[in-house]
Amino acid sequence: MKASAFTYHKPNSLDEALGLLKSEEEAKVLAGGQSLMPMLNMRFVQPETVVDVNGLSELSTISFTDRVELGALVRQKTLATDTIIEQHLPVMREALKWVGHFQTQSRGTIGGSLCHLDPASELPMVALLYDAELQVASASGTRVIPIKEWGLAYMMPSIGPDELLTKIFIKPWDKPYGFGFQEFARRHGDFAIAAVGCLLKLKNGVITDIAISIGGVEDVPRRFIECEDELRGSNYDINEIKQRIVNPLNQINYLDDSLVTGSYRHKLLKGLLARAIEQAGTRTNSD
Amino acid sequence: MQEQDVQMHVNGKPVSGKVEARTHLGDFLRQAVGLTGTHLGCEHGVCGACTVIVDGDAVRSCLMLAVQADNCDVTTIEGIAEENGSLHPLQEAFRNNHALQCGFCTAGMITSLYAFLSENPNRSDEEIREAISGNICRCTGYQGIISAAKEAAAKMAKDNRN
Repeated sequence: MKASAFTYHKPNSLDEALGLLKSEEEAKVLAGGQSLMPMLNMRFVQPETVVDVNGLSELSTISFTDRVELGALVRQKTLATDTIIEQHLPVMREALKWVGHFQTQSRGTIGGSLCHLDPASELPMVALLYDAELQVASASGTRVIPIKEWGLAYMMPSIGPDELLTKIFIKPWDKPYGFGFQEFARRHGDFAIAAVGCLLKLKNGVITDIAISIGGVEDVPRRFIECEDELRGSNYDINEIKQRIVNPLNQINYLDDSLVTGSYRHKLLKGLLARAIEQAGTRTNSD
Repeated sequence: MQEQDVQMHVNGKPVSGKVEARTHLGDFLRQAVGLTGTHLGCEHGVCGACTVIVDGDAVRSCLMLAVQADNCDVTTIEGIAEENGSLHPLQEAFRNNHALQCGFCTAGMITSLYAFLSENPNRSDEEIREAISGNICRCTGYQGIISAAKEAAAKMAKDNRN
């Protein structure tokens, strides 16, 4: 199918973009287009106005001071090869192996992934692991939103129609720590049926800190706090861990759809979670 | 109806015109430029048939507006062979290995592999399979395509060394 007609704007500055988002009703922001364009072509969305932010070069930078600062327009392809990401956020590179295909990564952006907020999207899961902060701008100012308050409901981020996601701030964990990312999809690059990200710190064989994020199994990707609390302070023994994760896994209300059943997602997540923790565990000492 | 001016280079030649903002690059190439080698399959980014190369990167031409390719260099399947008509190693290898039957996916397969192998022709089987996981073929069963990609990669690596 073809997109319905819309008025197209390509602002050259952030102020101009924010002015357009304020003045134009029913405007959609076009970044990498790898989610919006399919929705336009299938007429799931029929906006009056499209504001193409690809001209805002100030949103394409990656820098590091005490935290990684990512412009919302940084492309997935750039994230996958950038040395700051490799050094400070290795789990992001790991997760990117699962994000779409190389032909979509060449246009897709981190801000687009966060704003589209597909239940199975990997980059929000990475942002969740590190308690990222998201900077959102509008004509009346900026605000910073903790990632845990970002996902309100199915594909609904906490952002107003006149607001634009501009920066993502991610504070890396102090090294050494291990990281893992596991996912299952029917074909490489398809939406995850279940996915798990994990960061892990060990001391003398005990889990001193752990972060787990889950995707694909519920309406919104989220941190798996119940499981983290269960594992923090316990021995790093994979058989013991496999027992301890059973109860938190039972508490999830799994998506049940035309693709697979909820009980299948449950079984998958159980296996992937153990694998992600084990993968993180083997990396805790390699640093 | 709002029309936009666009100009770009397609297969090295300057092209300009007016397009509706909603026109995606694939339709622009086929209808305005007349290059019908780029095939449109699903038009929502899943099948990979419409893949073209924009400023060196393989992209889905159905997931990019024509106006977004303003001032870009675009390469389509028509621009892969030499100007004198001699085939690119990928095209030769596709022929040698029976890597196509109906041919609908072939343009996208070749543009994808062209971008992927031009960046680095030294790729494992696994990496080649992953690279074309975003291109759907309903005829061949993929084995011939993998063989063709490997044959072409070896030739491209050798050409790079010379």
